Amino acid sequence: MSSVLTGVGIGRGIAVGPVLRMPSPLPEPSDAPSARGADAEKARAADAMAATATDLRQRAGRAAGSAADVLEAQALMAEDPTLKADVDGRIDGGATADRAVFDGGAAMAEMLAGLGGYLGERAADLHDISSRIRAHLAGVPAPAVPDSDVPFVLVARDLAPADTALLDLSVVRALVCEEGGPTSHTAILAREKGIVAVVGVRGALGIVEGTSVVVDAASGEVESDIDEARTAAAEREASERAARTQAPIAPGRLADGTALPLLANLGSLDGIAAAVEAGAEGVGLFRTEVLFLDATEAPTVDAQVTAYRTLLDAFPGRKVVVRVLDAGADKPLSFLTDSTEENPALGLRGLRVLRAQGTVLEDQLTALARAADTAEADLQVMAPMVATTEEARWFAARARELGIRTPGVMIEVPSAALVADRLLAEVEFASIGTNDLTQYTMAADRLLGSVASYQDPWHPAVLRLVGEVCAAGQRLGRPVGICGEAAADPELAVVLAGLGATTLSMSPPAIAEVRGELLRWTLEDARTAARAALDAEDADAARAAVRALTPDP
Amino acid sequence: MTHRTIEVASTHGLHARPAALFVQAAAKAGRPVRLAKGGREVDAASILGVVSLGVSRGDEVTLTVDGGDADRILDELAAFLRTDHDAAPAAAEPA
Repeated sequence: MSSVLTGVGIGRGIAVGPVLRMPSPLPEPSDAPSARGADAEKARAADAMAATATDLRQRAGRAAGSAADVLEAQALMAEDPTLKADVDGRIDGGATADRAVFDGGAAMAEMLAGLGGYLGERAADLHDISSRIRAHLAGVPAPAVPDSDVPFVLVARDLAPADTALLDLSVVRALVCEEGGPTSHTAILAREKGIVAVVGVRGALGIVEGTSVVVDAASGEVESDIDEARTAAAEREASERAARTQAPIAPGRLADGTALPLLANLGSLDGIAAAVEAGAEGVGLFRTEVLFLDATEAPTVDAQVTAYRTLLDAFPGRKVVVRVLDAGADKPLSFLTDSTEENPALGLRGLRVLRAQGTVLEDQLTALARAADTAEADLQVMAPMVATTEEARWFAARARELGIRTPGVMIEVPSAALVADRLLAEVEFASIGTNDLTQYTMAADRLLGSVASYQDPWHPAVLRLVGEVCAAGQRLGRPVGICGEAAADPELAVVLAGLGATTLSMSPPAIAEVRGELLRWTLEDARTAARAALDAEDADAARAAVRALTPDP
Repeated sequence: MTHRTIEVASTHGLHARPAALFVQAAAKAGRPVRLAKGGREVDAASILGVVSLGVSRGDEVTLTVDGGDADRILDELAAFLRTDHDAAPAAAEPA
C-alpha cells in the first residue's frame, strides 16, 4: 500500500529515489549558567567561529559566481569581531558559548533586519551562520545538505540559501520541503535550476530515511511505500521527460514545421550566457528593475547605456524586448513608489508611476535608443501595466519621440486584453504577462499564500483573454508574445501556440523542455488542445483535457 | 592617531560585496582600523560593524589608524573607498 503526501509542485518533473533528510535544526540551547568558566567558554566560541568560517570558505572555493561571493561574506560574518565581542560579553555574564552564540546571532540578525533592504535579507544568513557555529559547539553535523554518492531525494523543513547554492544536481533528484510556498527561496531555486520539487508538504519530515519515494511535481504528490511496478513506471516517465529535453538545440517549431521562436526572460545581465547556451532565439523580456535595485535615485543615462549595450551585443540579429521600469506592488522602489497604498497591486505602479514621475522614463528610453544605435540586435521596448488605449498611444508617442523604433505594450490587465485591438492599433506589438493577467483576472493577490490556488494561468478565463489578444494581433498583423510563467509550462505552451501566440518567452532552463514538447504537436493539434482548454470548466479540467489529447511519444 | 575623511564612491555604498572586500582589506592592515560615520565608530575589520553604519554612495566616512605606518594603511583603504566597486550596474541578481 503506497501512501501519498501532497504539496505545491514546482514545474512538471517527476523523479524517484531514496530519501535523505537534512539534519534537524538544533534545539534552543539552555540558558543555565556555564559550568566551564568564562575563559573556557570564550575559547570554545572562538574555535567554533573559526572552524565555521573555514568551512564556509572551503564551500566558497567549490561554488561559482554570486554563490561564492555570498559564502565569502558569510565566512566573514562567522568570525566577525563585532559578533565575537557580543558573544564574549554574554559569556562574561555567565552564559555558555552555545547560548551566547544563539543570543548574539539573534541580536545581530535583528540589527540587520532593522536596517531593511538588502541588509535585512542578510538577517537570514546570520541565523544560518549562528546555527552552523552552534553545530560545531555541540559536535553534531552542521544543518547542511548530506553527502551522498548515489542519487537521492532531499527532504528538508526548508532550505537556506547557503545550502541551495551548493546542491550537487548530479545526485539530488528532487527536493521535498515540509514548509514553503510557490514563491519561497527553495521554489525559486528549483525553477531556475530545473529541479523536480514539491514544497509545503505537511508530514514530509516523517518519511523514514532510505524510503523510496516518487516525487511528481505535476500533481504535487510525494508517494512513499511504492512497489516495483510503480517505481519502474515513474522511472520510465522521468526518462521520457529527460529525452524530450534532449531535443537538439534548434529554433522552436511545431511538428508540422510551424515556427514558434523561443525567447529568454532575463532579470539581469548575468543570465545572458545561460540563455545563449539554452538556444534562446532572442530575449522576450528583459526586466530593468535590477538597474534600479537598492538605489536611492535612478542610475545615470550613461550607466544604463553600458548595461543595455552588453545585452544587445549578446544577441546580434535577434529580437531583444526590454521592459521599461516596472516599479510598485511586488517591486517597490524607494524613490518612486508610495509604500502606504492599501492595495499596491491596484495602485500607482508600472507605466502609471513612470507617467507621474517623468524623468525616469525619459532617461531610460534615451539610454535604450542610444544603445540600439550601435547594436545589431532588433531592440523593442514595452511598457508595463498598460490598462487603456490612451496609455498605449501616449507611451508609443513618447518612445518614438526619443528614438525607439518598435514600441509595444504588456498585456497584464483584463481591460487591456478586452480592447487589445484598440491598443494594438497604437503600437507595434504586445506581450502578455500571464502572472499579473492571472492575478487581475482572478482577483487574487499573487503574493498571498491563502489565495494561491487562484493563481493558475490554466484557468479558461485567463486563456480566453489570451485568445482575444492573439486574435486581435492576427487581424492587425501585430505579433503577440507570451512572457509569463505560463510559457514555461510545456503543455500550456502548446495551448498558447494553439491560441495564436507568435513567440514564447521563458526563463532559460525551461526552454529545452518546451522545445521538446512543441515538437510533438502539429498546429492543428495545438488548436484542438486550445479549444479543449477554453471549453473546460476550470484550470484542472483544462489541464486534464489537454493531457488527454497528448499525442503518443 | 591619524584620521582621514573620504567620500564613498561605490554605487550601492558599503553593502554586499564592496563591504566584504573593504573588511578583508582592513583586516589585512595589521593594525586596528576604525571606521566612523555620523559620530558612530566601528571596527573596520568587522563586516557586521561596517554594514551597520548603513553607508551609502556619497556619504563621508572617517578612517582612524594608530601607529607608524598609519599613512600607508590609510592611503590604501582610502583609495579603496574612492573607487566605485559597483561600476557594472547590472551585475547583481535581485534577491
